[in-house]
Amino acid sequence: MSGSWEVVIGLEIHTQLATDSKIFSGAPTTYGAEPNTQACLIDLGYPGMLPVLNEEVVRMATKFGLAVNATVAQRSVFARKNYFYPDLPKGYQISQFELPIVEHGELFITDADGNDKRIGITRAHLEEDAGKSVHEGLGKSSGIDLNRAGTPLLEIVSEPDLRSAKEAVAYMRKIHTIVRYLGISDGNMQEGSFRCDANVSVRPHGQEKLGTRSELKNLNSFRFVEKAINFEVERQIELLEDGGKVVQETRLYDSDKDETRPMRSKEEANDYRYFPDPDLLPVEIDAAYIEAVRETLPELPDAKQHRFVDEYEIRADDAAILTASQPLADYFEEVAAATQGNPQGVANFVIGDLSAALNRDGIAVEQSPVSAAALAGLLDRIKDNTISGKIAKEVFEAMWAGEGSADEVIGARGLKQITDSSAIEAVVDQVIAANPGQVAEYKAGKDKLIGFFVGQVMKETGGKANPGQVNTILKQKLR
Amino acid sequence: MGQDLHEQSLTQLAAGLESGDFSSVELTEALLRRIESHNRALNAFLTITAEQALAAAKLADEARAARNAGVLNGLPLAHKDIFCTRDVLTTCGSRMLENFVSPYDATVVERLAGAGAVVLGKTNMDEFAMGSSNETSYYGPVKNPWDLEYSPGGSSGGSAAVVAARLAPAATGTDTGGSIRQPAALTGTVGLKPTYGRVSRYGMIAFASSLDQAGVITRSSEDAALLLGVMAGFDERDSTSIEHPVPDYVAGLSKSLKGLRIGIVRQHFDEGLDEQTGAAVRESLAVLESNGAILTEVDLPNLDLSVPTYYVVAPAECSSNLSRFDGVRFGHRAEDPEDLYDLYCRSRGEGFGAEVKRRIMTGTYVLSAGYYDAYYLKAQQVRHLIADDFHKAFADVDVIAGPTAPTPAFKLGDKTDDPITMYLNDIYTIGANLAGLPGISTPCGFVDGLPVGLHLVGPHWGEEAILRCAYHYEQLSSWHQACPENYK
Amino acid sequence: MSLDKDQVQHIAKLARLRLADDEFGETVDKLSRIVDFVDQLGQAATDDVVPMAHPLHATQRLRPDQVTETNDRDRVQRNAPSVGDGLYLVPKVIE
Repeated sequence: MSGSWEVVIGLEIHTQLATDSKIFSGAPTTYGAEPNTQACLIDLGYPGMLPVLNEEVVRMATKFGLAVNATVAQRSVFARKNYFYPDLPKGYQISQFELPIVEHGELFITDADGNDKRIGITRAHLEEDAGKSVHEGLGKSSGIDLNRAGTPLLEIVSEPDLRSAKEAVAYMRKIHTIVRYLGISDGNMQEGSFRCDANVSVRPHGQEKLGTRSELKNLNSFRFVEKAINFEVERQIELLEDGGKVVQETRLYDSDKDETRPMRSKEEANDYRYFPDPDLLPVEIDAAYIEAVRETLPELPDAKQHRFVDEYEIRADDAAILTASQPLADYFEEVAAATQGNPQGVANFVIGDLSAALNRDGIAVEQSPVSAAALAGLLDRIKDNTISGKIAKEVFEAMWAGEGSADEVIGARGLKQITDSSAIEAVVDQVIAANPGQVAEYKAGKDKLIGFFVGQVMKETGGKANPGQVNTILKQKLR
Repeated sequence: MGQDLHEQSLTQLAAGLESGDFSSVELTEALLRRIESHNRALNAFLTITAEQALAAAKLADEARAARNAGVLNGLPLAHKDIFCTRDVLTTCGSRMLENFVSPYDATVVERLAGAGAVVLGKTNMDEFAMGSSNETSYYGPVKNPWDLEYSPGGSSGGSAAVVAARLAPAATGTDTGGSIRQPAALTGTVGLKPTYGRVSRYGMIAFASSLDQAGVITRSSEDAALLLGVMAGFDERDSTSIEHPVPDYVAGLSKSLKGLRIGIVRQHFDEGLDEQTGAAVRESLAVLESNGAILTEVDLPNLDLSVPTYYVVAPAECSSNLSRFDGVRFGHRAEDPEDLYDLYCRSRGEGFGAEVKRRIMTGTYVLSAGYYDAYYLKAQQVRHLIADDFHKAFADVDVIAGPTAPTPAFKLGDKTDDPITMYLNDIYTIGANLAGLPGISTPCGFVDGLPVGLHLVGPHWGEEAILRCAYHYEQLSSWHQACPENYK
Repeated sequence: MSLDKDQVQHIAKLARLRLADDEFGETVDKLSRIVDFVDQLGQAATDDVVPMAHPLHATQRLRPDQVTETNDRDRVQRNAPSVGDGLYLVPKVIE
């Protein structure tokens, strides 16, 4: 990327709130039902139907506002956003415009230099989701499924404070973590409960005025957000350097071709003609309500991360990984409390072998076949030298496969570490005697060969000799 | 007594049913026969639910025999075709809903049926409640029973004609700018619009959400009070429905008239008002005064801006409310649409009449970028001023009185060239909608053989005061008992 | 202030209303009259006046988060002009 250009990015994230019923009707919100079996007359925009507000969405929005240090409005107003599209049954979306429920928030990400960077959150407001369209398999028609119409959304708008695709992803991940910590959204991007649009523009370094921006839609994974933004930035810079102008438009990201292209249906600028929805009254919540919600906030990711560094003395980036998911953080803490081993060791194992196994099997930590207590037991055996770190991996896989506790596996497979010096000495003597050539080279100065000898001893002992002792004894005997 | 069934008021019929003088089935059959004879000429009913009515009447008679009668047991009425009625056509006077069979009942319909009422059918109306003469209906205009060449007013013209012609003792209506009160005045009936939020809007097809209210057209205030008691009250399905206790409106009628402070609006009696109409209204106020009411002058300085305010706010809201009519899930759909844009434009272009299209476009315009502040925002500010004027006035008076409409009924076709002329029909009634106040019109005389009405407005929740005042006037006059010649 | 043809075209487009050619001229004329009429509002002194969105001062009631609706698709879709496989059909949309 050319050094003379500054990238300016703002993200609009739509997160579906995990309520049982819709924001304005009592229809269910479960995913994956048969088309139009969860769209009641209110959701269908039937004549004479009226919206009634779900109390849970107010609570969830308030929770979010408090979690990002924002102002939670004691008075907010729903407004109609008017436009025609088949997945929008009333011909308007009930949203919030001038008086949103949350304003002026912030969160912190770590920038490229490892420093904390504040990203402003302009606002977060409540609105209803639209339905879905099916364009394939219906001949000359498109089919509309309104099950999703009326599902509650929280639209979170950032200030244009992001300066790179990486920062954008970091911010998006942070929001994703927060909404899951708060229990207000499951953040499932495949199912569409967490969606991101990016507003991207460039300007010459030092220029105050923002460049013309394009809006990128259809970014449904962290990876795509990064790729789409990078593509778009390059496209805009090339265009401008060639003497062209960036057009303000909406563009879709095509993940197959890794490119953005203009979206046909949004070609014309829409005049949304916002006005306060006369079917709904202003939402008023008092300070007592807000404080009561504050009491229910869990320990938030940043606070937990800092506490992990302070309390457990683990590395900052490990703390960040562990706290990215509340269940994972809880798991870590359970193990740390139960084991004699040091917390950094626990962190290493959880981030390493445990996470690898979870990913491989596509399950969440809550479904781990190895419980926190069981893992603590395994780590204890490393700490007390019963097994080496390397053997521990084998034991872990066996535990994962259901063979029992650490002790049971170690016993059944005879994996106890050999720590008896005389036994190790015997094997070392054997190895030295069997490899006179390498011994000579080592003594002549090829120090790297110590690895070869260690390997041979390990082979002879089936990997069970204590590596530290093997090293010490070998070095002694090869002097 | 000794009156034909169709001549009796709702209250009288209730007493007759109670005493066993006749059955609900007899009553319903009698009215259905009248409807059969007269509806073609009047075009007041769009749908006649004869079978359902007779079935309901039979059930009502059985309930009465089992001593299980609701307060409106066996009493027939009609519903303006703007109220959704389950499994019965609901057209809203429009081609857009020509074949629309509602899957549910409006709250108003539910509550009245729950009290035992028998529904005779759905009445004709100005399309989507937009009009003051019942001439915008896709199904043809309604005729005024007092003279078939004349308009009965609108938008609840069908309901007003039904009651005036004694085809039913009562009918529901809706009032957004005067659509109950003005047709009541033009047909010599009583029309009541309650306080905004008093009656649920659930199932009432929306025109202008912050102005619409459901009400009734009857032949007396006593009848209106009876029906209001059943219709009124909080409904959790309507967020704009207000929790406020429902008093016994009928019991409140006979409280004394003495000392009731009636405010006369200085701005009302100006050049826009037909002289004879004004005289009839002044006469009625004199009657009230000589029977104990106290007349004072009040000032509503921003009243002359109420019609322009209304014609910004109402179209704005309706332009959005009517966007749901797009040919996709219900309603009229154009044939062989080329693409989505064509589907929308032609379905809506064909489904809506000219007045509805005009109002949608006016509304779209006043909300559009660059015009919102100058029109919509401004209108809502002026609305606030008008509401404040009323509140100040009500510090000194209990009700505000004046003419309901500036003239008696006008000939069909007379005012359809210039929209503004038609809009000015609502000049006295619109203020109450903008401020959310209750209003009633009761007959107060005749001008050249056509009825005129006395309009009474109360403060928020002031239904009792206006009903009482109208009731007393009715006892002292008897204009409300006059019946058009061909319908006696 | 009168409206011109282009403005009326634009409004009709935003509102998705097709006006027949013979309707168009009359519509421009009548809309202009209406806009002229409501222009009177410009005279009113409204500095510091709060716009009134609702005639009564009340606040939004909150409903408990409970599922209260059951599937009634088939009955409701009897009113639909065009359905297939439970979906509402419209002319194909290309995004």
